[in-house]
Amino acid sequence: MMAQPATAQPATPATIDPQAVAADDPVLAARPENRVWKKFRAHRSAMLGGILVGFFVAMAVLAPILPIPDPVATDWGAVRKAPSAAHWLGTDEIGRDVLARLVWGAQASLMAGVVSVGIAVAFGVPLGILAGYFGGWTDGVISRCTEALLAVPFLILAIALAAFLGPSLSNAMIAIGLSATPIFVRLTRGQVISVKAEDYVDGARAIGLSTPKILSRYIFPNILPPVLVQATLTIATAIIAEASLSFLGLGQQPPAPSWGSMLNTAKNFLAQAPWMAMWPGIAIFLVVLGFNLLGDGLRDALDPREH
Amino acid sequence: MTFRKTTLLAALLSATALSAQAADFRFALESDPDILDPDQSRTFVGRIVYTSLCDKLVDITPDLEIIPQLATGWSWNEAGTQLTMQLREDAVFHDGTPFDAEAVAANIERSQTMEESRRKSEVASIIGTEVLGSHEIRIDLGQPDATLLAQFADRAGMMVSPTAAAEAGADFGLMPVCSGPYKFEERISQDRIVLSKFADHYDADAYGFDTVTFLPIPDDTVRLANLQSGDVDMINRLAATDLARIEADPEIEVAQAISLGYQGVTFNVGNGEAADNPWGTDARLRRAFELTLDRNAINQVVFEGASAAGNQPFPPNSPWYDSAVPMPERDIEAAKALLAEAGYPDGIALEVQVPNRPVSMQLMQVVQSMAAEAGIDITLNAKEFATMLADQSAGAYVASQVGWSGRVDPDGNIHQFVTTEGGINDSGFSHPEVDAALDAARTSSDIAARKEGYDAARKILNEEAPLVYIYHDTWIWAMADDITGFTPYPDGMLRLAGVTKSE
Amino acid sequence: MLSFLMRRAVIALPTVILISIFVFGLQKLLPGDPVLAMAGEERDPEVIEYLREKYRLNDPVPVQYLTWIKGVATGDLGMSLRTNQPVTELIGQKLPVTIQLAVMALIFAVVIGVPAGILSAVKKGTITDYVANVVALSGLSIPNFWLGIMLILLVAVNWQILPASGYVPPGEDLWLSIKTMLMPAFVLGTALAATLMRHTRSAMLGVLKSDYVRTARAKGLVERRVILKHAFRNALTPIVTLTALLFGELIAGAVLTEQIFTIPGFGKLVVDAVFNRDYAVVQGIVLVTAVGFIVMNILADAAYFILNPRLRKQ
Repeated sequence: MMAQPATAQPATPATIDPQAVAADDPVLAARPENRVWKKFRAHRSAMLGGILVGFFVAMAVLAPILPIPDPVATDWGAVRKAPSAAHWLGTDEIGRDVLARLVWGAQASLMAGVVSVGIAVAFGVPLGILAGYFGGWTDGVISRCTEALLAVPFLILAIALAAFLGPSLSNAMIAIGLSATPIFVRLTRGQVISVKAEDYVDGARAIGLSTPKILSRYIFPNILPPVLVQATLTIATAIIAEASLSFLGLGQQPPAPSWGSMLNTAKNFLAQAPWMAMWPGIAIFLVVLGFNLLGDGLRDALDPREH
Repeated sequence: MTFRKTTLLAALLSATALSAQAADFRFALESDPDILDPDQSRTFVGRIVYTSLCDKLVDITPDLEIIPQLATGWSWNEAGTQLTMQLREDAVFHDGTPFDAEAVAANIERSQTMEESRRKSEVASIIGTEVLGSHEIRIDLGQPDATLLAQFADRAGMMVSPTAAAEAGADFGLMPVCSGPYKFEERISQDRIVLSKFADHYDADAYGFDTVTFLPIPDDTVRLANLQSGDVDMINRLAATDLARIEADPEIEVAQAISLGYQGVTFNVGNGEAADNPWGTDARLRRAFELTLDRNAINQVVFEGASAAGNQPFPPNSPWYDSAVPMPERDIEAAKALLAEAGYPDGIALEVQVPNRPVSMQLMQVVQSMAAEAGIDITLNAKEFATMLADQSAGAYVASQVGWSGRVDPDGNIHQFVTTEGGINDSGFSHPEVDAALDAARTSSDIAARKEGYDAARKILNEEAPLVYIYHDTWIWAMADDITGFTPYPDGMLRLAGVTKSE
Repeated sequence: MLSFLMRRAVIALPTVILISIFVFGLQKLLPGDPVLAMAGEERDPEVIEYLREKYRLNDPVPVQYLTWIKGVATGDLGMSLRTNQPVTELIGQKLPVTIQLAVMALIFAVVIGVPAGILSAVKKGTITDYVANVVALSGLSIPNFWLGIMLILLVAVNWQILPASGYVPPGEDLWLSIKTMLMPAFVLGTALAATLMRHTRSAMLGVLKSDYVRTARAKGLVERRVILKHAFRNALTPIVTLTALLFGELIAGAVLTEQIFTIPGFGKLVVDAVFNRDYAVVQGIVLVTAVGFIVMNILADAAYFILNPRLRKQ
């Protein structure tokens, strides 16, 4: 692996060096929580990230009970009105309340991040384990396919897939998820290979432990930390990707709001109604920053090399 | 303080920029034209480039009257089957080939026979040509065709150099050679098309710029920003919602013209199996949908009043508009009554496919909330334009938000959409009386008789409502205040004769 | 060394073939008929049928693939359905544009990312680390297109100091060319700065704990000297190789940046081609980009191999 650091860093969203978070110590894998949490808490930027993410998650969850107007209710008499007592953040191009759309849009945007990464993990991790653990022919096929996909720039792949599936939020999530899958295949495969070579796994095999047992007892706990870190960072990328697809008209479709689709409409009214673009822009910025800080913090906290 | 700093920086940065290019005219388009061959081309923006590059047999006035361009005069025989044209003797193609009757004959043949030609249907009525003299030609038609002159005022009438066309074949568009006031210099796709002044043009004195550069800039905001920053002299298609703000800007002038095209909703009434649904089979539902629309309010909300509300394929200011069928007032009660009569007293769902462009989405969201008041529950199905077109053509849709860029002759806005054999009849509409009325209007050369045909068709179409027209775009051009002499035309073209840039 | 390169190239070959099959299959799945999209408003059925024949769209898909790949093997990537230009010519036109953008963006990324990475490694755990981290990550967290439009409005419209969009070839007017590319390069560069900062920080942290830095410190050298002369120089190897790999990320980032600033490069070409269903162009661009990416990978590996004496001995 060390001879090929290059291929371990695909030109895709926020990649991490698998070696940096290799929990090659079974003790750490077994009971790391206390020390990790302590390190994480001491990590100020990670805490800031956690707070940011927590704020927007709360916003998305509480959307139905917050005292805000209907996010799709239109009002011809109040088209593109500046912020006022009635509409704290102003109204949009067909008279809908921007605050309400911002709050409800948090659901779509966070969903876009979490679901697409969920898809990527759900496909990527099992494939990576298959390739890494069994090697040989299986590994060859999976690895070649992964390399092929990784060689196509992430966003180009996502755009082509989203165009193929048709413009909608769920299709955008599928497109982003599939495009991000190879990152997780590669990461998991690398981890599994390095763990598999450890003496304690050989020992376990020697005393006749079954493959599922070895996987669940040794392999899985060891690949979890890096996958967790990568997933957090990829959520950040996925949220930006959803906004980018929306910008090209391939994301969430109106009247339902997402921050990306709000920005897409707002860009036509930047001079007349800057409030339409300002708030979703800030929201995307903060939540993505939050996930990035959180991911970096997690990585530092989970890094066994830095005691 | 920051001001001074910025000015200093500005002076520093612009010291070497954009000087000594006063005679270059930079025009920003909303998209990149396709192949630059009048016979193969299909995009609207391509036609804007041709207006400077390729002269046509005839041109139009802003009031849509046909006037001479390469043809100086013409006459029809009694039966309307022979068009004799006298041609300009001082015109020459950019490659030096003289323009004459032989060239016209070769051009018509090219439009009709080249495999890649998209002009075939436009010149389908022509059965032959007869060169009568070096600059006189007779065009023979199989049947009278009232639309032919209007076709000659557009791409079908654009004359390309027969020498160059024979040499280049289908690749002509990579290096187009015509006879217009500007000749082709270079093209970098998605970046620019550069034309330079053609000194041997018969009217060269009327054209003030040494070079004309067309720059495709798709984003409305960025296109306008280029004008505001002085990087371009003029832009095409200013967004209607920017109009009020830009009119207040002393450094920018605007010009407008109501377009020849329309935007609306097309229902699938007979195109394949998907037409077999309540919206396709029951005209009362479609009329109810139309009654829920307040077209003036739509115009206000989406376009700040800058477009033209309308209920026919021709805008209300057109001589072809049927004033006996005025724009209906919005009437929710009447709409509900029609729904009840059709058997849907509790409302009905409707799925409309929409191109995923901001303006279309905005339009349909307003329509959606208007229709909801009568109990019509609209679902918007956003599609990319290429997908939508394919689905529409294949009949895989119930209703579709779609428009048409418009043609000079009224026939071009209606015949092919609603006649049984019409080439773009995605609705699948078929009615023998409509076919007869529109066929008659196409072949008659008498204006009053033609109008009668369109009006007769209108009465039926209004009841059947396969297409519900909503508004007509307004072309809005914005230009730096030193540009003078521009005349807006309803065909949306940029005619540069007389346009100058003051120093 | 040569055998190493050869071996990598041979391993990459099946990947390239897979990519070609994948790209070809994907765009065959795209809904919407390219010929219909091209037939224009009138959609003459005769023309549609002719074009289908001409571009061999009536052939079975495997036959279409073989026809295409045979052309690719001889350097013919087909023709744009939209403009009739050969795809190879289009690529020749667009590649220098995107490379110029990428190089300028990389300069921005290095100028922001490397110092921030060093600073944050050296001052690990302090407020400086914290601020450098947040600043660098901010670039990654702002949507590219959003920052781009905001900059156009501010810099080009309000201040009028830089052109709003477009592209000028350096050969035509070098200074204007650089000026036009400044804003897009900045937008693209800020996003990469964070990635670069992460790499730099992690490389520096590793080096700072190493024996020779400890020795240098023990010798009583001034801290700044220790960091710049000893630590950074040693951290440079991984930073340089990783920077080379950022080119793939640059190309992906260029997709949106080029779209906003109307730069006629690779990214804009491929997105427009997807929307116009210009199959030959999509296939050609993605294939060339992917091969370019693989070549960069191999070169970066080679560079790592050469720069790292310990590996050479193995």
